[in-house]
Amino acid sequence: MTTPVIELCEVSRRHDDGPPAVDDVSLTVRPGEAVAILGPSGSGKSTLLNLIAGLDRPDSGTVTVDGVRVDRLGEAASALYRRSKIGMVFQFFNLLDDLTVADNVVLPARLAGTARAEADRRAAELLEDLGIDRHAGAYPGRLSGGERQRVAVARALMNRPPLLLADEPTGALDTAAGQDVSRLLRDLHAEGQTIVLVTHDLALARSCTRRTVRIGDGRITEDVDSRAAAEAAR
Amino acid sequence: MSALGKVVRSGVARRRVQTLVIGLTTLMAVAAAVLGGTLTVVSDAPFDDAFARQHGAHLSLRFDAGKVSAGQLSASGDTEEVSAAAGPFPTATVTPRADKEGPGWPMTVVGRSGPGRDVDEVALLDGRWPVRAGEIVLSADSPLIPEPGRRIALARPSGVPTLTVVGVARSVTRTADAWVLPSQMPALTEPGSGGYQMLYRFTRAGTAARIIAGGKAVTASLPQKAAVGEQSWLTAKKNAERDTALYVPFLVAFGALGLIMSVLVVGNVVASAVGAGTRRIGILKAVGFTPAQVVRAHVGQALVPAAAGTGLGVLAGHLFAVPVLAEAEDAYGTSSLAVAPWVDLAVIAGVLGLVAATAWASALRAGRLRTVDALAVGRNASAERGRWAVRLAGRLPLPQPVALGLARPFARPARALAMGTAVLFGTVAVTFTVGMGASLGEVMKAKAHDVADVTVPEPLPDFGPGGPVADRPRADPAAVAAAVEAAPGTGKYYSAATVRATVSGLTGIAHVIAFTGDASWGGYTMVEGRWIDKPGEAVVPTPFLTATGTRIGDTVTLGGLAEPVTVRIVGEVLDPRNDGMQVFTDVRTLASARPDLTDTSHHIAVTSGTDVAAYVDALNKDLTPLGATARAGGLDGGSDMVVTLDALSATLTSMLVAVAALGVLNGVLLDTRERVREIGVHKALGMTPRQTVTMVITSVVVTGLVAGALGVPLGVTVHGWVMPAMGESAGLRLPDSVIAVYHGAELLPLALGGLLIAALGALLPAGWAARTRTATALRTE
Ligand SMILES: Nc1ncnc2c1ncn2[C@@H]1O[C@H](COP(=O)(O)OP(=O)(O)O)[C@@H](O)[C@H]1O
Ligand SMILES: [Mg+2]
Repeated sequence: MTTPVIELCEVSRRHDDGPPAVDDVSLTVRPGEAVAILGPSGSGKSTLLNLIAGLDRPDSGTVTVDGVRVDRLGEAASALYRRSKIGMVFQFFNLLDDLTVADNVVLPARLAGTARAEADRRAAELLEDLGIDRHAGAYPGRLSGGERQRVAVARALMNRPPLLLADEPTGALDTAAGQDVSRLLRDLHAEGQTIVLVTHDLALARSCTRRTVRIGDGRITEDVDSRAAAEAAR
Repeated sequence: MSALGKVVRSGVARRRVQTLVIGLTTLMAVAAAVLGGTLTVVSDAPFDDAFARQHGAHLSLRFDAGKVSAGQLSASGDTEEVSAAAGPFPTATVTPRADKEGPGWPMTVVGRSGPGRDVDEVALLDGRWPVRAGEIVLSADSPLIPEPGRRIALARPSGVPTLTVVGVARSVTRTADAWVLPSQMPALTEPGSGGYQMLYRFTRAGTAARIIAGGKAVTASLPQKAAVGEQSWLTAKKNAERDTALYVPFLVAFGALGLIMSVLVVGNVVASAVGAGTRRIGILKAVGFTPAQVVRAHVGQALVPAAAGTGLGVLAGHLFAVPVLAEAEDAYGTSSLAVAPWVDLAVIAGVLGLVAATAWASALRAGRLRTVDALAVGRNASAERGRWAVRLAGRLPLPQPVALGLARPFARPARALAMGTAVLFGTVAVTFTVGMGASLGEVMKAKAHDVADVTVPEPLPDFGPGGPVADRPRADPAAVAAAVEAAPGTGKYYSAATVRATVSGLTGIAHVIAFTGDASWGGYTMVEGRWIDKPGEAVVPTPFLTATGTRIGDTVTLGGLAEPVTVRIVGEVLDPRNDGMQVFTDVRTLASARPDLTDTSHHIAVTSGTDVAAYVDALNKDLTPLGATARAGGLDGGSDMVVTLDALSATLTSMLVAVAALGVLNGVLLDTRERVREIGVHKALGMTPRQTVTMVITSVVVTGLVAGALGVPLGVTVHGWVMPAMGESAGLRLPDSVIAVYHGAELLPLALGGLLIAALGALLPAGWAARTRTATALRTE
């Protein structure tokens, strides 16, 4: 059995005085796996994802990613962790409006101190792979939603992270663009990329991943691997 | 009130840092303004008050009794210009015997039957007016120790019985060193040297020209050349205010700097605080606030911290004023100077008015925005501007956070301009202060003439509690000189004797410094002309030229000595000692006048390689039996006034630097608030806290560098205006060595000072930016 990429162990996180946003969650994700976390708005999906990304810290429990105890990292160490292990895609793209598409994409590499030429080569490659190379010099404001999300995905993949996290990546897109992004994620998964996808859209989850984790009020209510289920049924 | 009050209170609470910035900025601005205003006011008042109270003489004239009669003089006041006149009073110069009672300096005695009323009412500080022959009232400023009961023996004229001091008094324009009854005067007058004093008040006497015109009018009917001396009240005023006069241009400069800066920074802080609340204003209007209510809410929000800052600022201003006022009291010989209440009131009203007006104007603008536009503000903040800078910085071989930071000012030029202006003023203030410190240092150097390695100071009478100690052996200058010359290691050497003399055209007594040997290396700073190089030549300070109305090339006659001596002025020297009433000449000039050379100091430069301490020890073995002591270094050149000025400028500068840094802090704070999502994105992509701090701090680097580069030449310019003005109001012309104090090597660190101020202001917000929770930042839409 391969070592897990993500291992959450009895993780809880409560914001202020409210009820726990994540409540005693344990979850394991193996390399090459694609997992969809499904749940209604406010059920704690984004909080869970932020805990994995080291953007937030659990009140209790442990978060281990690729052998790193994320819950123990300081600010600087977690920044370095994100640089090397994590690629993130958001609902509202979170592209920087005053940087060109190409500059947005090279940003993670530049922050990591990668030489300009090498970073540029990698970015050009990614933009071409994702079919947006003709927009390299444009500013994000000029792009359609679908194109912007492709840029965001390219940026997330810049440092070849072992783990790609996507939080409602189609939430701000129309159906066609949503399907486009969905196809992109499926292709990435097919190439072996480990993906955690957060969404409330069952169709998106179905089209991209085999494994679906349902979450409600911060707790895991269901964890199904469709292939395993199919095999079991057979 | 309740809804409005709640909005104000929650606004103040929500924007805690901005509220603090408004409070601190007003605090600094108010403290600086109170201090500056107070000093400007007190520097003018004491003399004017006393002059008005004592009906001071606008013009006092001294006449040769051999050329004009008392009757002619009485009539001289009957002209249109004169509103009141007093005199003629007989006047004479007497010389007390130099003994244990004090030095034998000549002094002017005037015969008056009483202290007077309508013109130059002499204020009796102690004792009473003379009522019989043999009694004398001394001026509080007289060279003798003014104390009733003391007896004075005269060396000249000879044969006068001792006089008894019965009172101490002060004339506001110092019309005499002492007063006796008119009936006593003939006994005090040497044959042929008698004079009269006339005191005039004019209907209009505000300018030097009016005084000159008045003087012409009163002497028109008199024989030519009857007047032998004159003093305008303007000169007396200038003398009285000389020390504090130095403060005025300096305070005006700092006051103006501080005021402009406070207006800019307070205005900017308030405006940006309100501007940042535009979206909130939209929400308030959406829920039904009227534009007027919105405006009032925001004015209140700015006024609350401003009022708190103003209160504390007044307090701080009063605290800072205490030592400075004590200094001014010393200079005027008055006491109980205090911060005028109207200064407080004016500053409070001014600052709060400014805050209210700025807040009102910017809130009005925000309140007038259509509600939908106000709500949209900040959501799609335009990123169009400054993109070229981002691209350019990205091309440079710089780490990403640095490149992003450097480009930032170009995206928000207005904000960068506001921060840059604050830094600019801070740099100007620092540059000015550094220059002024250096200039005052140069003035002190010129004043102290302390170039010598070793000095043997003049044997000053030792004023103990019981008066001068009698029977103190006084060193014979010739013996000391012989010892110095014989000492191994003596290089250059000169001695300086101080002799008191009257000068034609001058009311008081001047110090004649008579040099034996070449004193040109002694640290005397020339303003114009050259140093003396033969007997009969003299060098004088600027106030001497002004007071006597002479110029380089003219001659003056020194009196009060065994024989009058005429010297030719060949140079103007920088020396504010004794109000500048000094004449520097060679001792041979005075040969015929047989001066008393007891007050002699000796100045020595040792040959190179000589150990100064060992030299002093060896020399003192020879000097001790002679009653003199050598010591290393020059004469003591310290001055309370300079220390106060330096301390004051350091305080004011730190305040202005703090205001500048607060201005930057405010700007960077707004910037990081506005960019909280962007910074969150960076952090999500792996930007470390250190990289975040770097990015925020570099965002003010361009601003700080530009402001520093502009601020330094501006500061040098301000210094170039203020220093000569300071000199002028103190009656001094300052040579280049005092004004041109900046050197290339100092200017660079000064320019980088702008960067430092900017970085200082950006440090806190940078820390906050690095610490904000990324997850929270990304949640904001
Ligand atoms: N930074 C925060 N501060 C306070 N409450 C938060 C914060 N983030 C999330 N929450 C709360 O935690 C719960 C879960 O939120 P979230 O994880 O964003 O849910 P989801 O992504 O599933 O919509 C919600 O009730 C939300 O209001
Ligand atoms: Mg969410």
